[in-house]
Amino acid sequence: MSEDLIARVAAVIAKTQKIPPDSVTIDKTFAELKIDSLDGINILFALESEFDVDIPDEAAREIKTVREMVEGIEKLLAVKNR
Amino acid sequence: MSIRRVAVTGIGVVSPFGDTFGEFWTGVAGGVSAIRPTTLVKEGTVRFPNAAEAAGFNALRHFDEKEASFLDRFAQFAAVAAREAVANSGLKIEEQLRERCAVVTGSSAGGQITKDENFHSLYALNGRVSPLTIPLVMDNAGASRISQEFGIRGPVYTVSTACSSSNHSIGQAFWMVRNGIVDAAIAGGSEAPFAPGFLKAWEAMRVVSPDTCRPFSLGRRGLILGEGAAMLVLEPLESARARGAQVWGEVAGFGMSSDAHHLTQPLAEGAALAMRNALGDAGIAAEAVGYINAHGTGTQANDATETQAIRAVFGTHSDRLLISSTKSMHGHALGAAGALEAAATLAALRGGLIPPTANFLEPDPHCDLDVVPNHSRLAEIEYALSNSFAFGGLNAVLVFRRA
Repeated sequence: MSEDLIARVAAVIAKTQKIPPDSVTIDKTFAELKIDSLDGINILFALESEFDVDIPDEAAREIKTVREMVEGIEKLLAVKNR
Repeated sequence: MSIRRVAVTGIGVVSPFGDTFGEFWTGVAGGVSAIRPTTLVKEGTVRFPNAAEAAGFNALRHFDEKEASFLDRFAQFAAVAAREAVANSGLKIEEQLRERCAVVTGSSAGGQITKDENFHSLYALNGRVSPLTIPLVMDNAGASRISQEFGIRGPVYTVSTACSSSNHSIGQAFWMVRNGIVDAAIAGGSEAPFAPGFLKAWEAMRVVSPDTCRPFSLGRRGLILGEGAAMLVLEPLESARARGAQVWGEVAGFGMSSDAHHLTQPLAEGAALAMRNALGDAGIAAEAVGYINAHGTGTQANDATETQAIRAVFGTHSDRLLISSTKSMHGHALGAAGALEAAATLAALRGGLIPPTANFLEPDPHCDLDVVPNHSRLAEIEYALSNSFAFGGLNAVLVFRRA
């Protein structure tokens, strides 16, 4: 996981949730950030735009932490750039 | 003010099974799923490939070309269903009844197809928007058309509460007939959601199943969108009997509530309160109910929450209830859902045949009720509930009684 990728994902989450960017750190859970199901799909939509990827519904449903979100984006980018 | 019993004397349906109530009930009673690959939007528009479209609906079988062009598909559905319902009831809507008759329709999305086409024209084609856009898009276009066709001049309006729209509309019409505010009502709902922009919005919600709709089943993957309309003719039971009308059943009670909780997450307490209010309005004990036509969307959240709510209201009687979601067959028709399900529930009570929950794979421990999996069942039942729970936390439950 590159620092740049973590920072971009964190920035999208912070912007969508209207929370301070420095509050979104890699070890935070979505519950700690008060991200509920509707917030979650809103973040997925913003991340799809930011990284120009399609995030599949069922993979997305399992994601509960910032780390899992970054790892998921990393995998999608690896496939996209292959 | 006298309280009157309220009969359903006519039913009309436009659905993925065809343009008649008969075709709808034959499909639903037989456990046939009308979920198919989509044809109304271009392939690849959205991630989900399947829907329950009224693919065989041809407006020109019901309207001349000019009339059809002045009605969005959702309003066409409403008018066609209302015509069948009125014909089916045998009710003559003559001059003295016209001021004493109501039309209450439900629609969540109104004229989405018209809106989508015109905004596409605005942004991507020639920058122009048709002057018909406003009157075609308005949610009350179906109600207004029905009013015009039959010359009905009493209370005519539309309720829009997302997926509870039809139950709210039938419930309000029921109360107006019961309380003597009107002497007849046409009530129900219609929806035509298959417009690319609206479907993209549903895709982004991530609640639409990539395969089919499997309510209450392990392995369920979400809802399947549907379309259509259903309309009921409501009359005081006494005058219906006096004119020798067939009675499909009675509307016996109506209950509403709001979760006051979240835009999209359902709350069991809210659903339970609506069911309790409906039972209270009908003046019956929970134990009198034998069947529930569930909201049963097939999403993870709804089906588990609805199960909790049913258990909270019915206690040990829950295990004696038959519960099914006919959305597994006709899809989730949003603002028309409650009306289609009212038609199914009335036919089930009258026919002594409970429609199944189709596409069921195996029981989910979070949905541990008898959901009549895959095969319809014979059962003589006096009272049934039909549940609708909407985004925005708005709940509406109808009680039906066998004739």
